[in-house]
Amino acid sequence: MSNLYPTIGLEIHAELLTKSKVFCTCSAEFGGEPNSRCCPVCSGLPGTLPVLNRTAVEYIVKAGYVTNCEISRFTKWDRKNYFYPDLPKAYQISQMPRPVCLNGYVDIMVNGKEKRIRVNRIHLEEDAGKLVHDEAARSSLADYNRCGIPLIEMVTEPDFHSAEEVVAYVEKIKLLYKYAGICDCKMEQGSLRCDVNISLAPKDSKELGTRAELKNLNSTKAITRAIEYEIYRQTEIIESGGKVLQETRRFSDSTGETTALRSKEDAHDYRYFPDPDIPPMIFTEEELAAIKADLPELPEQRKERYMSQYGLAETDADNIINDKDICDFYEDAIKAYDKPKAIANFMLGEFMRRINLGEMSMGSLQFAPADLARLIELGDTDKINKNNYKTIFVEMIGTGEKPDAVCDRLDLWVKDDTSAVEAVIDKLIADNPKPVEQYRAGEQKVFGFFMGQANKALKGQATPNTIKAVLEQKLKG
Amino acid sequence: MDLKNITAAKLRAMLDSKEISAREAASEFLSEIKKNDGKVLSFITVTEDEAMKNADAAQKRIDTGNAAPLTGIPLALKDNLCTDGIRTTCSSKMLGDFVPPYSATAVEKLIAQDYTLLGKVSMDEFAMGGSTQTSAFAKTKNPYDTSRVPGGSSGGSAAAVAAGFCAAALGSDTGGSIRQPASFCGVTGLKPTYGRVSRYGLVAFASSLDQIGPIARSAEDCGLILNAIAGADPHDATSKNVPFTDFNEKLGKDIKGIKIAIPKEFYGDAVDDEVKTAVMNAAHEYEKMGAELVDCSISTLRYAVQAYYLISSAEAASNLSRYDGIKYGLRGEGHSFDEMIRDSRNRGFGAEVKRRILLGNYALSSGYYDAYYRKALALKQQIISEYNAVFDKADVILTPTAPSVAYKIGAQDNDPVKMYTADICTVTVNIAGLPAINTTCGYNADGMPIGMSIVGRRFDEATIIQTADAFEKTFTPVRCTL
Repeated sequence: MSNLYPTIGLEIHAELLTKSKVFCTCSAEFGGEPNSRCCPVCSGLPGTLPVLNRTAVEYIVKAGYVTNCEISRFTKWDRKNYFYPDLPKAYQISQMPRPVCLNGYVDIMVNGKEKRIRVNRIHLEEDAGKLVHDEAARSSLADYNRCGIPLIEMVTEPDFHSAEEVVAYVEKIKLLYKYAGICDCKMEQGSLRCDVNISLAPKDSKELGTRAELKNLNSTKAITRAIEYEIYRQTEIIESGGKVLQETRRFSDSTGETTALRSKEDAHDYRYFPDPDIPPMIFTEEELAAIKADLPELPEQRKERYMSQYGLAETDADNIINDKDICDFYEDAIKAYDKPKAIANFMLGEFMRRINLGEMSMGSLQFAPADLARLIELGDTDKINKNNYKTIFVEMIGTGEKPDAVCDRLDLWVKDDTSAVEAVIDKLIADNPKPVEQYRAGEQKVFGFFMGQANKALKGQATPNTIKAVLEQKLKG
Repeated sequence: MDLKNITAAKLRAMLDSKEISAREAASEFLSEIKKNDGKVLSFITVTEDEAMKNADAAQKRIDTGNAAPLTGIPLALKDNLCTDGIRTTCSSKMLGDFVPPYSATAVEKLIAQDYTLLGKVSMDEFAMGGSTQTSAFAKTKNPYDTSRVPGGSSGGSAAAVAAGFCAAALGSDTGGSIRQPASFCGVTGLKPTYGRVSRYGLVAFASSLDQIGPIARSAEDCGLILNAIAGADPHDATSKNVPFTDFNEKLGKDIKGIKIAIPKEFYGDAVDDEVKTAVMNAAHEYEKMGAELVDCSISTLRYAVQAYYLISSAEAASNLSRYDGIKYGLRGEGHSFDEMIRDSRNRGFGAEVKRRILLGNYALSSGYYDAYYRKALALKQQIISEYNAVFDKADVILTPTAPSVAYKIGAQDNDPVKMYTADICTVTVNIAGLPAINTTCGYNADGMPIGMSIVGRRFDEATIIQTADAFEKTFTPVRCTL
C-alpha cells in the first residue's frame, strides 16, 4: 500500500444572479441567441468604459458573510491581461491584491465528522465569452453573451485530503450560495465551476508535493473521478521514481482521464495592474451592516428552527434544508397551514418519493405550496380520510387540480353517515363469522382486519374514529 | 464673409442677429477646407452632408429663439472621439474603417446644443506622439510654416483652428496633446481637470491621464465649449460631479492680487531661451496688471518624463490589446488565433504605437513591475504633493508649454528619447490631474508662435481661463496666412 497522501485545494467560480452584467446594463441571463445580450461596453468597443454594478458587489459581500470571511473595507479592481478571442478587451477585470473577501472558513460533515475548510479569498471578476468551433468548416465563432457576467472566484486553503471532502465542500457552498440568493449553482450550465489543485506527498512529510491543476470539472461526479484518477496517476509516477510536473490538466468526461493542457513554463504572465477606469471602493460599516441585514435565513439557521420549534428530527431537518427548492416549498406550505410537523411528514414521505421516482420535479410543479397545505389540512381536520392522500396527490401531480376539486370529482369527502357505516359493518360481521368469533375470544389483532375492510368498503367516506367506534360497539355483540 | 479668424463667441452673436445663417457659416468653413486643407492636411474625414443637416437643425433652433451657446457653431473633432455612424480612425490603419455605433458623451453634449460637425481631424496614431507625423492618414503640417510640424497629438485640431477651417475643435490631452499643438499653432487650448469631462467614447490611450478639451481662438471660446461638454457621466466612473455654472464667470474680472507661481525647474537648460524670454515677458505683463509673481519648485520634474512614459505606456499596452482584428478593425491572416492576432496587430499598428506597447508590457511584466510601474506610481504621489504645496501659496502656475517652437518635419524622426523629453513641460499636469490652458505669448524670429501654460487648482478652470483671457486682451495675435 502506498503511504502517499493527497492534499487538495479548490477554486470555485460562481456566476452571480444579478439582473445585469457587472460593468454594463446588458441582461446577465443564461443563454440567448448568440451575441444578442451584448453592447459596446461588454464587447469592448473602442472608447467604451466599464461602470461597476453595485448589486454584484453586494452579492460578493454576501458570499463573504456566508463563508465567514473578513470583508475588506478598501477594495479595488485590476486588469488581468491575456489574448484570447473570447475576451473582447484582451484583459479581464478582476481583483489581485485587494479582494473583497479574505480569511473565511466553512464547516463540512464527512462520514459523520465535522471538518473546517479555510477560505483564502473571494474576489469579483467578469466572465469571458464562449467560442464555438466548427471543425468541418475549420472556423471558430465567438458568442459574447457571457462576457461581463459577474463571477466570483473563491480560493480555499489546501485543506482537503479526499474527493469525498471536496464534494461535501462543493455541495455545502452550493447550498450556501443558493440560500444567500447569489448564484443558482447549476454546474451543468456552468454557473458554478471548479478547478482542483492536487498534490501527493508521504503522509508524514512536512512539504507538499508538486501540484497539478485540474480544469473543466462540471459536476461533482467529474470532480470525484478526476481526483481519483489524478491520485492514481501521480502515485504511479512517484512510485516508479518519476517526478510529477507542475502543470494545468484537463479532465475528460468520456475517458475519465486527465491530460496535460500547459506546463508551468507556458503559464501566462498576466501583467496585472490597477484598472484606471474603476475607482477603488470603500465600504462603510453602515453599508456592510445593511448588506448583512439583507441576507436571508441560511440553511443552518433554518435547520435549527425546524428542530427546536417544529420538533423535527435532525435527519428530517437535513433532508428538507438540503434542497433549497424543497425547503422553500415547505416554508410556503407552512405559511398556508401552520402544521409544520404534519407537512414535513408528508413531504419527507410521499412528496420526496414521487420526486425520487421521477414523477415530478421541483422545477415544474403543477401545484402550489398552498395546495399541498390544503391537502394536509383536509386530512388533519377529518374532512377526508388520510388514506386518500395518495389518490388526491397523484391527481395534483398530474394536472394541478386543487385537492378540494379532486375530492368533489372522486367523491372522497368524509360523510360520517353513521347509518351507512353501521350497514357496512353489519354486512362485514355477517360475512365473516370466523374472525368475529376470534375477536370475541380475545384475539384483538383481528380488529385491524375489520378496520381495513370497513375503510375499503366505505372508500374513506367515514373517519377512522367513527368506524372504530361503530366496530367496537358491534363486535361486542 | 471671412470667418477665418472669428471667435465662436463673435460667431454666436452674428448667428443670433441673423447677420449670417448657420448654413452660410458651415459653407464658409467647408470651402476654406476645400481651398486650403490640401496644404495643411488636417482633416481625415470632412462631413459635408452632416454639416448641412446640422446647420439646418441649428437654424430652426436659432429662428425659434432657443439657441444654445454652440448652436450652429461649426466645429471639428479629433478622430479619437467616437461619432455615431461616422468613421473614427484614431489615425490608425487598425481602425481605418471603424464606424462606431455610439457617440462620445462629450459629442452627445455638443449634439444636444445642435452644433455643426465639419469633420474629423488628424492626430498622432492613437494619440501617441507630439507631431501628428505618426498619423496613418494625414500627416498634418503647421499652417504658420508647412515645413514644420503642428505639434500633437491633437495636431489636426490645432492646425484646423489656426488655419481657419473651423470655429474651434475638440482635442484630447494625455501628456500635453492639447496644449503643445495649441502652442505650436498659436491658438488657445484647454486641458480640463481629470474627471471634469467624461471620457466615454474617447478611444483610450492612457485612461488615468486622458482628458477631452477644446482648442479655440480664445480662452473665452474654450470656456464656452467646456461649459457644454463638462459634467459627471454615469457611463464614466472616473468623471466627477463637481458643480459649475459658467467657466467664463470670472472673465474680465480684475486679476489684481492673483498669485502666479513660477516653478524654476520649468525654465532650465532644456527650454530654448526665446521661449523662456517670451513666457517671462508675459509674467511681467501680469505683474503690471497687479498680479504677484511667486517663486516655487517642482523638484520631481526631472523624473516626470520617465514616470509619464511608464504609466501611459503601461495603460496603453493594456488598452490597445483589444485590437486583435476579431470583432472590428483590420483583420490579419494566419492559421491560428495567435497567428491571426499577431498579423492584425503587426499590420494595423505603426512603429510608435508598437514601441509604446512594448515599453508598457515590459514595465508591467513580472519581475519588472516593482522596478518600473510601482516606482512611477510612487512618483505620481510625489508630484501631486508638490503641486499641492505650490497651490498653498499661489493661485496659478505659469510655465512654458513646450521647450521650443514647432520644429521642422522629420527633425525628431529617429530620436524617440528626444521626442519624449520634449514633453517635459506638460506631462506633470496630467499626472497630477490638474487643469491647464495654453495661450500664445509671443512669436520667435521666424514668426513661429510661442505658447505659455497656466496651470490651476483641481476643478478651478474658471481662474485659468480668466488669467489667460486677461493676457489675450493685451496681446495682438499674428494670424497665419496660407
